[in-house]
Amino acid sequence: MDKLKRTALFEKHQELNAKNIGFCGWEMPVQYAGILKEHEACRNNAALFDTSHMGEFFFEGNLLFSGINDTTTVDVLKLPIGKCKYGFLLNKDGGVIDDLIVYKAGPDRLMFVVNASRIEIDYETINSQLHNGVFTNASEQTSKLDIQGPKAKEILQDLVTFDLDELSFFSFAETDIMDSFALVSRTGYTGEVGYELYLDNTTAPLVWDKLIKRGAIPAGLGARDVLRLEMGYSLYGQELDETTTPIEAGIGFFVGYEKHFTGKEALLKQKEEGAPKQAIAFTTNSKRAPRHGMDIYQNDQKIGVVTSGTFSPSINSGIGLGSVQTKLYKKDAPIELRNERGNIPIFKTTLPFYKK
Amino acid sequence: MIKRYSNEHEWAILDADTASVGLSAYAVEQLGDITFVELPEIGASAEKDDSIAFIESVKAASDIYIPIGGEVIEVNEELEDAPELLNEAAESTWIMKIKVSDASEFDSLMDEASYKAYIETL
Repeated sequence: MDKLKRTALFEKHQELNAKNIGFCGWEMPVQYAGILKEHEACRNNAALFDTSHMGEFFFEGNLLFSGINDTTTVDVLKLPIGKCKYGFLLNKDGGVIDDLIVYKAGPDRLMFVVNASRIEIDYETINSQLHNGVFTNASEQTSKLDIQGPKAKEILQDLVTFDLDELSFFSFAETDIMDSFALVSRTGYTGEVGYELYLDNTTAPLVWDKLIKRGAIPAGLGARDVLRLEMGYSLYGQELDETTTPIEAGIGFFVGYEKHFTGKEALLKQKEEGAPKQAIAFTTNSKRAPRHGMDIYQNDQKIGVVTSGTFSPSINSGIGLGSVQTKLYKKDAPIELRNERGNIPIFKTTLPFYKK
Repeated sequence: MIKRYSNEHEWAILDADTASVGLSAYAVEQLGDITFVELPEIGASAEKDDSIAFIESVKAASDIYIPIGGEVIEVNEELEDAPELLNEAAESTWIMKIKVSDASEFDSLMDEASYKAYIETL
């Protein structure tokens, strides 16, 4: 196996006695003080995550004639400058190559933020569809810090030169932090008010220290996974993959159909004829946690699998997302999970699991 | 009283023919925040190294293996409502008490020094 890559913050994580795991080819902190404490810090205070493993691409060129607007579901022509939007890079069958956020920085400038495990395939897929323009993979040179939680704004405010209140949800600003160029967006993966900071690798450790000094609490990928699942957010490789469409993952509402994109015909067909599988959200109403890969049963028949599951500290119950076969799934009949340890009854619910 | 450890990171303390069984601090540290403990039934019998209970953390689920064969005579019901007691004090929080069928099985477990050396190798 290849040696795991390390982010520019690796030594900071070591100083904080982080427990590391291999994640998508990166050695990343899974926890510092403990997942429950870090989860609590994000919901009630401010948590700081190193998400530098994620990928950043930049595009400069004509948005109309370069082919860039056909590559993903995001309509970059309609997107206002200073706004960003969540969407998908699809294959021609509508399967998700990646989910991503596209930032419009100028009339001819975009940034794409993609999942770490998909950087190479995303770059190739997009680049191969471009007729002109300059498309750059800046992932190696870019660090990313997420500060999330009710105290995120006051902790971050003094580091930036503009009023953070001016940033509405899914807006961003290009600015200076500690005398270096930075992009700050009012986005996140936790359901809390928060910001994602894109920084150069030299500045990122300085910003990390400063945010911690001002009260941000370091949090790892373990807490991040619990926080995103409490909101019902999809994770690539679990809810999303190349054999699952956004419609099948229950997030078809993020796709607009006014413009062309690869995979559009397949999605329109599913909208019209129905999709072979669908997503469900459920709780255990107990401390038992569903786990990725457990089988979902109804009337003694296997109808699907758990895509993500955990114990939710916010609602004090096991929570999960699953993918079930549409033709087998009956909306009103009881459902349960089965594995070698026995059966766990589950109860269908609506997202998010955690509501403020 | 002597405390001994299994390869699967359970500890046991033997008092006459009754063994208190818990999980090592190392095991709990690896699991992280414990959220659920499924205790065995009182009266259940199991042989050494059988899976008899299980435990979930925010991160993962794991079996608890009985380090000495016998019959379960008592379970720590406090853990049903407060599984985090294991995070707070793994080495002094017993999970179950076993009426031991063969006390020689206790002697085959590792003492504290051997267990410490064992986890160094993991």
